[in-house]
Amino acid sequence: MSRLTVPKTYKLAIGGAFPRSESGRTYVVTTPKGEFLANASLASRKDARDAVVAARAAQAKWAGATAYNRGQVLYRIAELLEGRRAQFVDEISRSEGVSAAAAGAQVDATIDLWVWYAGWADKYAQVVGNGNPVAGPYFNLSVPDPTGVVAAIAPQEREGVSLLGLAAVVAPIVLTGNTVVVVANEDAPLSAISLAEVLATSDVPGGVVNVLTGSPAELAPWLASHADVNALDLAGAGVLASGSWVDLQLAAAETLKRVLPPVSGAPVPSLDRITAFVETKTVWHTKAML
Amino acid sequence: MTIDHPVALAPADRAVRLLGGDLTEKALRLHLEGLAGVDAVGLEQRAAGLATRSIKTSSKAWALDTIIRTCDLTTLEGADTPGKVRSLVAKAVTPDASDPTTPRVAAVCVYGDMVPYAVEALGALHGDPDAGLVSVAAVATAFPSGRASLDIKLADTREAVAAGADEIDMVIDRGAFLSGRYGLVFDQIVAVKEACRRPDGSYAHLKVILETGELVTYDNVRRASWLAILAGADFIKTSTGKVSPAATLPVTLLMLEVIRDWHRLTGEKVGMKPAGGIRASKDAVRYLVTVAETVGEEWLTPHLWRFGASSLVNDVLLQRQKLRTGHYSGPDYVTVD
Repeated sequence: MSRLTVPKTYKLAIGGAFPRSESGRTYVVTTPKGEFLANASLASRKDARDAVVAARAAQAKWAGATAYNRGQVLYRIAELLEGRRAQFVDEISRSEGVSAAAAGAQVDATIDLWVWYAGWADKYAQVVGNGNPVAGPYFNLSVPDPTGVVAAIAPQEREGVSLLGLAAVVAPIVLTGNTVVVVANEDAPLSAISLAEVLATSDVPGGVVNVLTGSPAELAPWLASHADVNALDLAGAGVLASGSWVDLQLAAAETLKRVLPPVSGAPVPSLDRITAFVETKTVWHTKAML
Repeated sequence: MTIDHPVALAPADRAVRLLGGDLTEKALRLHLEGLAGVDAVGLEQRAAGLATRSIKTSSKAWALDTIIRTCDLTTLEGADTPGKVRSLVAKAVTPDASDPTTPRVAAVCVYGDMVPYAVEALGALHGDPDAGLVSVAAVATAFPSGRASLDIKLADTREAVAAGADEIDMVIDRGAFLSGRYGLVFDQIVAVKEACRRPDGSYAHLKVILETGELVTYDNVRRASWLAILAGADFIKTSTGKVSPAATLPVTLLMLEVIRDWHRLTGEKVGMKPAGGIRASKDAVRYLVTVAETVGEEWLTPHLWRFGASSLVNDVLLQRQKLRTGHYSGPDYVTVD
């Protein structure tokens, strides 16, 4: 007996929900050879605005969770990714046009990256924080504090980064207590939305990771100039029209945002990406009178 | 006869004209209970329909300014201090320090004992919102419950008026209304209206709060609106903001329909003030659409239309900044209170 296939509707991920674009727009996602894969939502500036609102609403509670707890949540994402490995391999191999082995290697690298970053959650503060020497009967402590809401452009290369690139951008941002609005790979956005589905069924609170699919050239200027966005990760902005990421940097400077410049390919996991989106808070505290 | 500014009518004057000189509880009851019932489904559908209008940029800019011009910036907390009132007044006078073209709000709304501080802080800017100045509104009559004897309610009112309040927001006795004692509610409104009289014979504007969240049914809201207007209300107001649900679009539409009917009957214009729960500019614009479509655009002046809100102004300022600068603004760019 023949049966009809039931294709998946790929939508946005905003505030723990999966809405279509408020504009109603979609665009066709194809394989590199031009075969139809899916219709994805084409996010508008208002979707970006809504995503920032959701990210802002979620930020205080996420930053208030203990570092240990955030590490456990991130580690659980890796566990769930492992369980849905076949789905990701299928999506990546079709949308990037690579072999199943290459796609499998990318999924493995992504899982390992989540585990690596999850381990840092309750350790990076020991590396970049400090108990400062003082000449008096009190403590003086420098501790890293999350910057707030970060907007990010995921790596946009056609091959090798559709899942790994997104994870390599998102994981170091959220592990310190930031929330993120990320624009997925434009040509291969399917695994990004599937990753958002994994996040929604793991312990990540809604609004911590918001995924937009669509045109980075259209969305990035609105995110860069948004006054309620605290930092900007331009990892994938290098593919935009030549030099336009400099304009994004200029727009971001208007509201004193921290900016990470574009990289090629997926960013290499590093402590620098973690500390790029934290600020050092120095406080003094009396010594106990015991 | 058309009276533009619905003030200085003697209390109960309207009821005497409509119901005749022999103003008994029976006459009042016959009138109020003779009002047609409200078609709840139709009312909610009409309100939902009005909420779907698409507002284009230039109209939006006008709407945002109108929201600010007709807003009663409110602080009604047990923790209010003279300092909090002064900072509220500073915001009322200069809502957005980054944009001097921002209009002033219509009034600040405070508890009666805070009126002297509001008047003092406003100084020369205390006056008629039509002249670009800011009025002082005070809640009175044992706000928000209204559970006090009439003497206390009247003393509360007189004290606020004597301290310089231009507008009095009174609450009706919902318990009496719900148990059918319309005459008692009527008499109290009339007495409070009389207490709003200043030594020079003019009256402070009287806003009558129906607390629609406690009236339960739309039929009761319609009756209470008629009752308040007959007793001499200059404004009818939905809620105290202390009871949920507070202002909703259907209830506001219903009250505006009563105001429209009263205007057709007598030519008098009564004001309307939804209060409580309106936090987003988008919602506020829907109320403006409802006013324009129900009683007409001429109602969108501070003397006939007010928003009672504390956090709405901040959202409106964010939208104004977006229109002015072309990029989205954030809560760091408006004042906390």
